[in-house]
Amino acid sequence: MAYEKVLLKNAGKPNSRSIDVYRSGGGYEGLERALKMSPAELIELVKQANLRGRGGAGFPAGMKWSFLPPNREVTYLCINADESEPPTFSNRVLIDEDPHQIIEGTIIAGYATKTTVAYIYMRGEYCEQFHTLQKAVDEAYAAGYLGKNIRGSGWSMEMYLHRGAGAYVCGEETGLIESLEGKRGWPRIKPPFPAVEGAFRKPTVVNNVETVACLPHILTRGLDWWKSVGPAHSLGPKLFCISGAVNKPGCYEAPCTITVRELIYSPEFGGGMRNGKKCKAVFPGGLSMGVLRGDTFPKRPAGEAIDHRKDYDELDCIMDFEDIKKYDLLGLGTAAAVVVSEDDDIRDVLVNNCRFYAHESCGQCTQCREGTAWMYKVAKRIQAGAGRIYDLDLIEEMTLNMGMMPGMSICGLPDGAAWPIRTLVQKFRKEFEAHIRAQKPQAAQEFIKRVNPAAYDLPILQGRANAATGGTFSFDHYVGTQK
Amino acid sequence: MGGWQAIDRKTVPANGMGPGISDASKEKIRSFFPRYPSKRAVMLPALHIAQDELGYVSLTAMRQIAELLELPPAAVMDVVTFYTAFWTHPKGEKQLMLCRSLTCELLGADKLRERIEQKLGIKDHQTTKDGKFSFMIEECLAACDHGPCLMVNEKMHKCVTPEKLDQILNDPHSDRLDQPRSDLYDAPVHNRQHHHH
Repeated sequence: MAYEKVLLKNAGKPNSRSIDVYRSGGGYEGLERALKMSPAELIELVKQANLRGRGGAGFPAGMKWSFLPPNREVTYLCINADESEPPTFSNRVLIDEDPHQIIEGTIIAGYATKTTVAYIYMRGEYCEQFHTLQKAVDEAYAAGYLGKNIRGSGWSMEMYLHRGAGAYVCGEETGLIESLEGKRGWPRIKPPFPAVEGAFRKPTVVNNVETVACLPHILTRGLDWWKSVGPAHSLGPKLFCISGAVNKPGCYEAPCTITVRELIYSPEFGGGMRNGKKCKAVFPGGLSMGVLRGDTFPKRPAGEAIDHRKDYDELDCIMDFEDIKKYDLLGLGTAAAVVVSEDDDIRDVLVNNCRFYAHESCGQCTQCREGTAWMYKVAKRIQAGAGRIYDLDLIEEMTLNMGMMPGMSICGLPDGAAWPIRTLVQKFRKEFEAHIRAQKPQAAQEFIKRVNPAAYDLPILQGRANAATGGTFSFDHYVGTQK
Repeated sequence: MGGWQAIDRKTVPANGMGPGISDASKEKIRSFFPRYPSKRAVMLPALHIAQDELGYVSLTAMRQIAELLELPPAAVMDVVTFYTAFWTHPKGEKQLMLCRSLTCELLGADKLRERIEQKLGIKDHQTTKDGKFSFMIEECLAACDHGPCLMVNEKMHKCVTPEKLDQILNDPHSDRLDQPRSDLYDAPVHNRQHHHH
């Protein structure tokens, strides 16, 4: 069945970023309809649609809005465009191809929550996208969709873009709020939740870009259409990213009924593995959600032969908010899959994962700051050919003692760090063990003699130490070239 | 990969407190005040403006921003050191930012890193002697469909092969955007002239 694109319907059209092209395709009609409703009716509609947040946690947006205290004078709306989860780029595609869809969705969300000021928090690396979106915001202001008394409704809202500066943790909603307030992006202890006390200590809603982009379509196409797309717990169109060792990496739109196998092999999506290689592993929901094996996964990964009646094929995993959890994944996450081919070394994948979280941990909670760095060191040791079988157990033990689930941390970052690392070590245990068994018996001792165990290349210095310790850069020379 | 390295916060940089930001930049920072209910929230815009003008955030600029936002200078430094985008010492005219996250690494980012290091003779967070290039390795730049990717100042280069890398390094306009810039922020100082041609 051919699926009619909704979120990406303007993608590839000439000049799709302009307000005229957007309006000619029915743009801003959803907003006009929303403004004829009351905010309470709009919240009720979104609740009935069971629009689940697209940012990662899948929390229903209508529910989130209804947590706002009833008598409030100021409400802030933060749109989360701090897309930093590798390998996610769907927000970038939305901004590049159809920025007005995001703006319309934001205005609708703002009307439902009686927002006074909406901030779109964009990651600092989105330079081109910043200019695109800023131009679209200027156009929307000029057309009267933003500012005072929007379309004669008597309701006013300002919208500003706020540029981040390169921190993964600012994608966490309270980290985003702290960063917006001009502080380091340290997530806050909850409660109080942002709906009660958020940005500038006022009621705040944080929604993802893709979540608000769905709103215009719920209004124009109606609830019946919305409920016809996807399974009951994961309604509506969804953007899926696929990258890595596939023929057609990209961002695709589909209902939440597709499997990981379709995403990789279907000619409509990934178009098969590059060079006909076998798929070794897939991270289907962004790194943090965990890993799937590309082949049949034995229920007892430590040992016995595969029994196809009992063991399951992990690529059958359906990309929705619920089914994915059966495969020991944390959730749908950002629905961005990265495919690892049979040629890639699983130890490199582990090191890359560990390094990412060690780099991006904000340093507030001890088990996350120390645990991610520790796991990175252990992974480096395994990669260097000096691993021990015990290291795999050590990593597993560490991952079980990190994050909000064991009640150790303020935000979910360490959960998202522990999950992929634990699933990698558990699901690929035999492969890791084979690598370790193939090492020389004295490998660990030699490695320790060769390398200072404390040396791991976290970029904590930002160049400062280089300047102080006589790096390659000469200040005198630099000042000379300035004039 | 060397030994243990730590941030040196005691040694004043060789150029002392460094240059300050211009009155025009200060005015630009002030123009952000109406957008937020607190002055402190202008912190990130102010740091971007300072870095666009000076190429980095000098100690003088931190003090000036602290004065503008009515904060202690330590509060500004606190933020500067948290975010990877801000440099606290001068950087080159072009900042090469290479992605090293999983997709890009699987597609060959590490080979690009080696090639950049070998061609320019600099490693992560270093600057060439002629002040032309600075190199930094970052986590996911969100262009995984076109990996490996490399940003030159504001411009994203996609599907970078070793041959394409050589072209990028030789092209004086490798940081020019294909689209008009918003004037909310100025371009990085070194390529302002060819945006105003």
